[in-house]
Amino acid sequence: MVDTKKTEEVQVIIPANEIDKVSDEKWEPKIIAFLCNWCSYAGADLAGVSRIQYPPNVRVVRVPCSGRINPLFILKSLQVGWDAVLVSGCHPGDCHYISGNYYARRKFSVLDDLLEFIGIDKGRINFSWVSAAEGEAFAKVIRKITKKTRQLGPNTIFKEDQ
Amino acid sequence: MEKIGAVLIIGGGIAGIQSALDLAESGFKVHLVEKTTGIGGVMAQLDKTFPTNDCSMCILSPKLVEAGRHPNIELTINAKILKVDGEAGNFNVNILKKALFINSEKCTGCGVCAQECPVESIDLYNEKMVINKATYVKYPQSVPLVFSIDRDKCIGCGICESVCKAHAVEYFQKDEKANLNVGAVILAPGFDEFDPTPLQVYGYGKYPNVVSSIEFERILCASGPYSGMVLRPSDGDIPEKIAFLQCVGSRDIHHAKQYCSSVCCMYTTKEAVIAKEHQHQVNPTIFTMDIRAYGKDFDKYIIRAQEEYGIKYVRSRIASIDEDPKTHNLILTYESEDGKIITEDYNLVVLSVGLNPPNDAIDLSNKFGFELNKFGFCKTLPFSLEETTKSGIYVCGAFAEPKDIPDSVIQASAVSANVNSLLFPVRNTLITEKEYPEEIDVSGDPPRIGVFICHCGINIAGVVDVKKVEEYAAKLPNVVYVDRNLYTCSADTQTQLKEKIIEQKLNRVVIASCTPRTHEPLFQNTLREAGLNPYLFQMTNIRDQCSWVHIQDPEAATDKAIDLVHMAITRVRNHKSLKELSLNITPQALIIGGGVAGLTAALNLSQQGFKTYLIEKEPELGGFSKNIHTTLEGENIQSYLKSLISSVEKEKNIQIFTNSELENISGYLGNFKSNILNTKSKEETEIEHGIIIVATGAKEYSPEEFYYKKDERVLTQIELENILETSEEIKKKKAVIMIQCVGSRNDKHPYCSRVCCSEAIKNAIKIKKQSSSTEVIILYRDIRTYGFKEEYYREARKKGVIFIRFDENTPIEVIKENESLNIVFKKPDGNLLKAAADLIILSTGMEAPRNIDSISQMLKVPLNADRFFLEAHVKLRPVDFATEGIFLCGTARGPANIEESVSQAKAASARAVTILSKEIMTAGAVTSFVDENACTGCNICIRVCPYNAIEKDEMGVANVIEALCKGCGVCAASCPEKAILVRNFTKDQILSEIYALGGNLDGF
Repeated sequence: MVDTKKTEEVQVIIPANEIDKVSDEKWEPKIIAFLCNWCSYAGADLAGVSRIQYPPNVRVVRVPCSGRINPLFILKSLQVGWDAVLVSGCHPGDCHYISGNYYARRKFSVLDDLLEFIGIDKGRINFSWVSAAEGEAFAKVIRKITKKTRQLGPNTIFKEDQ
Repeated sequence: MEKIGAVLIIGGGIAGIQSALDLAESGFKVHLVEKTTGIGGVMAQLDKTFPTNDCSMCILSPKLVEAGRHPNIELTINAKILKVDGEAGNFNVNILKKALFINSEKCTGCGVCAQECPVESIDLYNEKMVINKATYVKYPQSVPLVFSIDRDKCIGCGICESVCKAHAVEYFQKDEKANLNVGAVILAPGFDEFDPTPLQVYGYGKYPNVVSSIEFERILCASGPYSGMVLRPSDGDIPEKIAFLQCVGSRDIHHAKQYCSSVCCMYTTKEAVIAKEHQHQVNPTIFTMDIRAYGKDFDKYIIRAQEEYGIKYVRSRIASIDEDPKTHNLILTYESEDGKIITEDYNLVVLSVGLNPPNDAIDLSNKFGFELNKFGFCKTLPFSLEETTKSGIYVCGAFAEPKDIPDSVIQASAVSANVNSLLFPVRNTLITEKEYPEEIDVSGDPPRIGVFICHCGINIAGVVDVKKVEEYAAKLPNVVYVDRNLYTCSADTQTQLKEKIIEQKLNRVVIASCTPRTHEPLFQNTLREAGLNPYLFQMTNIRDQCSWVHIQDPEAATDKAIDLVHMAITRVRNHKSLKELSLNITPQALIIGGGVAGLTAALNLSQQGFKTYLIEKEPELGGFSKNIHTTLEGENIQSYLKSLISSVEKEKNIQIFTNSELENISGYLGNFKSNILNTKSKEETEIEHGIIIVATGAKEYSPEEFYYKKDERVLTQIELENILETSEEIKKKKAVIMIQCVGSRNDKHPYCSRVCCSEAIKNAIKIKKQSSSTEVIILYRDIRTYGFKEEYYREARKKGVIFIRFDENTPIEVIKENESLNIVFKKPDGNLLKAAADLIILSTGMEAPRNIDSISQMLKVPLNADRFFLEAHVKLRPVDFATEGIFLCGTARGPANIEESVSQAKAASARAVTILSKEIMTAGAVTSFVDENACTGCNICIRVCPYNAIEKDEMGVANVIEALCKGCGVCAASCPEKAILVRNFTKDQILSEIYALGGNLDGF
């Protein structure tokens, strides 16, 4: 199953008035998901084959391994206006490339600290393990992240840059 | 007699196609002869396949195309066998190529002739439910895509001839004879569906709303008579209540169909699930005697059908059907399990028809001189389900015994192993190499992007507004051509694709369809055939990850598809031509596991001259089979095993390592290096090999329940068989009770162990033979004696064995009272059963061995939730792993009996030979490369590379060893100077997807 600790740990509490503000507009969150080819992408395919329904807010970028994800890609994604980012790879020990997912995990742990330090909302960055046999788990991750991003509202972090 | 390096395969269904591909890839010329006008067989008629609900056409199409375009496979359609001479190694076969009346060389498959044809004819592909024309093609995705004229229907008006721009219509074409000289023959003619017309009790052919299951399959299909709507024939209404009647033409002694057709329980469940999916108003009920869900992950599918889709199973066999003439509803009367007589109305009845031998079985048997069994199927030899009674003639697929697609594919590869060992000396004597046109140099040219959007029948177009996607894509920069296709993967679209690439001078291609995991190689090959580098291509998944998962929200799904196509187009602009790497192949094999499967694979490979290393963790070879005496059919396993082991031990090409384990492994397809550790002597041996076969087996579940090991009267089937074979003790026992599904189909082991029903029946018959007065009771949930095994179920009942069903919700209890052992449980009819037993026999299931995780991790191959190994594709790659060069067989894959394990082992061997028989193979071009000017020699990439594929050269700069690099990109993500990049996943390529929806690449 998905390491829910990682995906659930970020409980975002937003003041009620802010939620109202957001839901006024017809805004739909757009989430970019980097899925590793061997586990999470295959898990997403399995969700499809099993017709497990989930929110249509995710756009998938296929990468060979979660280890391919440079933290830069995540920051750039937020900078150009994606409302949230998901990086999903194989379960620990299952990486098709032996250890790529461990490198990914380490990078994101550092990135998390950095974001906190410079004052960027950590809740927009998500990390999960989904295997090729976990269609339902993939759908769950997407449901959760979509819900969370909806609560966070549109991404305005880098608005002044643009 | 001189051996011939060519093979004749009769039948172009999935089995014939798989054999053809395996053998063509192993250096043999293949003649694939099909009696109809297109290959694909029954699988091409199916809407979906169980247990994954994969779209049948989608997974079959790439294989059809591959077989159709393989340089060493010659397809002959509309053909008939006339005469056969010769012997194993050298046969002469005369065939009759019946005239198509359309020149297949000239025909482009455009279909104008059929549109204009004024004569209506019956469409057999759609089970006669649709009218087509006298000029027709078997089905739209047919391979080869060639039209033909049905001269029985044709009125000779000449319209087709006048409209055909290719001048392909030839009314005066004559039948042609041809002679094929081949070394071996493979029979793969498949099956015919049982025709229920003669069974008047069901009213088939009389009542319009009684249809056969294959007709219903066509009704479900997007390309079927009602475009995938579930409607009933009499009035086109949605049938809210559908009854499926099992075992029509199966398990039926009155109509000489005594065998079980093996597939009906599962396909019916699938049809019920898909019907519910297509039309939510539908409520299916399945009337069945047993639910035979004996395959891998089948039980989970049944549970999902019940719990998620509300499919109802009623254990009853319907005797007859009446019709209400006003409503055309059907009236079913049946007895429920608790003995009540129930009468109910249904809107539609589906007869789950069984599998018959093909109608040309007797003709084939006479011409080729092999025997049929008593059911009219091909007779096979014990322990070799692919050998017929005539040497050099082999069989695979449903013609050997009714079976599903994965089992047919396994047999199709297994049969290739038989041909390999017969014809290996003449390998590569009659083949031609595939040649591609010279690659067009597109570097420096501005991108000219072609976008192809797939409808996938209605799978995509039923949800996503594909026209809107098309219009959007057409507006994007550099897009010069956009098209939509019913099935982008079909053979006709591949031809179109090639034409458009050349005509429009496309130098980048985007395909928006299904998942690149299955279809990317097909499209990349088409690019190569059009002279484009296969990496100037990007696929985006608007089906599995869009239309299928947003069924309720077409608008949002369309928006998503537009974004995905936009991202792919933006990305493909940054694609460059890449060169693939050539790999030398070490023609040696490593086999892990010395049970029947491992031994069989080792023997087959070594006989063809491949050096084989066989490792076994125990001190002796033989595996679990050492514990079993006979098969259900009465064949002696021990003498078979002994001769197998002695052949392996004598074989000079096999090196055996007993008491040994795999210590570590490195390398890649064609070039593995392993260390084998002898656990006793601690001696280590390093070996080199090109492939790996995993045959690690399974173990018997050791029961903790029912006083096992606590009372000596409680035994397992294995222990019972030993008593029966070595003593006459059974004569002293008055009552033996067997309990099925111990350690199977429960929470801890949620799968069927497949062999236990047969084991129980085998031992029950043995008991009755030795001591007819001993009472034998078998307590079961479903009796799963699939195929011809059904005969023994009947024999057991005839001999007086009593079968009583129990429900998973009313568990069996074993109670010790004084000195007697009693069994107590509630029967499905509600009555309590209490019986005393002298012996209680537990039919224990199979489970994965304990050390399986370490092998899985070492080889980087996955296990499924039940801890059996997970194959690359459940249906069509049953013995391959996703990792190239590693194969799987035997009970490590999932429960199987000995003969099935032998077939799987041969199949794994044949799949391995498609690699080992080549000196050089090409591997992917997705590897890392270093920008020497930017590299500072900091060593980070060298440290993070999981494959030790990076070293420092004499200049102090990182250097990638491409054969070791797998293209994971960890180095690229870690390099502080961005000096190391992965081909096809460069920074610019990934950023371009991120930026597609906003921002721009400038400045990064």
